[in-house]
Amino acid sequence: MNIYINGSGCISPQETAQIGPLFATLREYDQVRLSTVDPDYKQWIDLKQIRRMSRVVKMGVGAANLSMEEAGITMPDAIITGTAYGCLDDTGVFLNKLVSQQEEMLTPTAFIQSTHNTVGGQIALLMGCNAYNNTFVHRGFSFEHGLLDAMMILKEGSAKHVLAGGLDEITNYSHQILSRLGMYKKVAVKTMELLNSPETGTIAGEGAAFFTLSTEKGAHAAAELVGLSTIYKPLWEGEVIGEIVKFLEAHDCELGDIDLLVTGRNGHIDHDEMYEEVAAALFPEHPEACFKHLCGEYPTAMAFGTWMANRMIAEQDVPAAAMFYGQPPTKLKNVLIYNHHQGTHHSMILLRAC
Amino acid sequence: MSEKVWIAGGGVISGIGMDLQENLAAFKAMQPGMTAMEYLHSVHRNTFPVAEVKADNEQLADMARMPENTSRTALLSLIAAREAWKSTGLGDISQYRVGLVSANTVGGMDKTEDFFNTFLSNPQGGRLHQVIQHECGTVTELVADAMGIRHHISTISTACSSAANALMYGTRLIRNNIVDIVIAGGTDSLTRFTLNGFNTLMILDQQPCRPFDETRTGLNLGEGAGYVVLVSDALLAHIHPWARLSGFANANDAYHQTASSPDGTGNYLAMKGALDMAGLQPHHIDYINLHGTGTQNNDVSEGIAINRLFAPHFPAMSSTKSFTGHTLGASGGIEAVYASLALRDGIIYPNARFEHQMKELPFAPVTAFSTGNDLHHVMSNSFGFGGNCSSLVFSKE
Repeated sequence: MNIYINGSGCISPQETAQIGPLFATLREYDQVRLSTVDPDYKQWIDLKQIRRMSRVVKMGVGAANLSMEEAGITMPDAIITGTAYGCLDDTGVFLNKLVSQQEEMLTPTAFIQSTHNTVGGQIALLMGCNAYNNTFVHRGFSFEHGLLDAMMILKEGSAKHVLAGGLDEITNYSHQILSRLGMYKKVAVKTMELLNSPETGTIAGEGAAFFTLSTEKGAHAAAELVGLSTIYKPLWEGEVIGEIVKFLEAHDCELGDIDLLVTGRNGHIDHDEMYEEVAAALFPEHPEACFKHLCGEYPTAMAFGTWMANRMIAEQDVPAAAMFYGQPPTKLKNVLIYNHHQGTHHSMILLRAC
Repeated sequence: MSEKVWIAGGGVISGIGMDLQENLAAFKAMQPGMTAMEYLHSVHRNTFPVAEVKADNEQLADMARMPENTSRTALLSLIAAREAWKSTGLGDISQYRVGLVSANTVGGMDKTEDFFNTFLSNPQGGRLHQVIQHECGTVTELVADAMGIRHHISTISTACSSAANALMYGTRLIRNNIVDIVIAGGTDSLTRFTLNGFNTLMILDQQPCRPFDETRTGLNLGEGAGYVVLVSDALLAHIHPWARLSGFANANDAYHQTASSPDGTGNYLAMKGALDMAGLQPHHIDYINLHGTGTQNNDVSEGIAINRLFAPHFPAMSSTKSFTGHTLGASGGIEAVYASLALRDGIIYPNARFEHQMKELPFAPVTAFSTGNDLHHVMSNSFGFGGNCSSLVFSKE
């Protein structure tokens, strides 16, 4: 049974909510914290509601709508959301007041909007969707497990169109804390220089990407979602390399069939070592594209990477801004996306032009 | 896709007991777990009763064999997940392809609250080890790492229905041959964050809660963890199954971020969907473990949906939250263990403090504990914030 990406939508630090060629207007940054380029949310959400919604909810609703618009549907049969951090902004607001006001005179709005399923719930509420609704919150697997749930539900046959996506937001609190944990560069790096930066640390990112998946090929489908696999805390590089080989075999794909490797390099020398090992062992001559210099690092960045790879297949083109190694391939049939978050959460997704 | 998935065992820690046997004894003795707050430090200590696990973090850390500075959410989780695994008699966990799918809503918020005390006044202040367990997924990984589980580890958070969804996802993982066994359920510790959050919604009862009673005025929060062990049909010969997860459904009420629709649309769709998957008619259900929080809103919506689906043949029903309090992300897991045990041992659990018939409903909850009942199919409901509604159906065979 084939699963097609009938539509996709993305809100990110790039102008991805615009219709037009991929990265036609590249946003270049020279900072360690990237923010989303926000579309006009009024096209999907009532003004009164927009004011009360946190950024993560708005970007989720926006990306979900973009994805369904492209797929030409108005009501999905399941809504599945992946978010590692959830609604950090409202969590921070409520926590701040809780501590600073010693648990007195608190108001419910921030608490109500702080639960991890707020985004999935709001998407359902705005379109009056009574269907299956689930939220995965497992760190660097949040998006992947949501996508896996979507694939399993489609295989069961009762759902026709499944909306699945991944998203996370940065807040001042989360950025301060993650910076103290040594996640980011001490000095700002230019977007196009990040991946060759010889230092530890990466840049912080955020965003939302949603996909409308179906077992029936839609008018705008460019690729099918062939497979997905995750590896938790691999013991060494060999385990990752072995799993990638097994994964491709399971989907009747040989290394030579891969037209483009898309990796989650983030400019952190310790993190990028794994991508080096994988590329050297399996794909030494393959062209490689990257995405985290464009969207930043966050636990659900794989959603951006998958969105980008799908767009590349649709356009049969790899924009120069995304190329990391080799020449852009002349045809894009099979694209393997390999990502890891913090060295502990590894995932791979295989897309195939349809 | 319809391979049978069995419940090979279960474990619970809650406000009424440190393990499943103690929980059962509390039901028999009609001893609910709500008391004045002893372990959670809150200014509301003398206002709201809660069903705390009756142990401090030092004692829980000893039981869990984990460092004392571990999030209470993870300590509770590990204790119940280990009990669940042990109850199966499957032995060395490394011999199987095992997944852990654990739900929670607070993650390591108990520690984050302490961190924020210092951090708010000084962004360079606060000890980082207090905040590194903040993410929901981190809690699951602490447990998975301690138990040696690595084939598939996931976390689900859909408010009060979280753990029921963990059982659904776990079942799918088995049916898709990703793993053979899944420890599925949920955990949540009491935190000031949730206590104050529910207080702002004005749905906390200052007395022990009265689910499905006409005079009910709100819920009591509880804490704990509960896990079942889901096992593939291929391993049936190696276990003594308590029950089979025969049906499940998840629907969204799409009515309000926190309130249920007056006619219980999502509740109805979830219960109906679970029955359909199990291939059962409403009259086949012998007992319903209600979501039954004790709020005005939940109990009337849930009751109306039950009336619509089950009338005129109502099964026995009760809300075990009248003993454990509402344990949020853990509740669907704890109640899945209760439901499985109900089928194994013919148990119907009591609904404490029910006195006054709800005027909207033609049925009343069961108020006495009984065992030796001939039960074939049991339903467990978990409904909540975000419109998320889930129902599970367990069958004896």
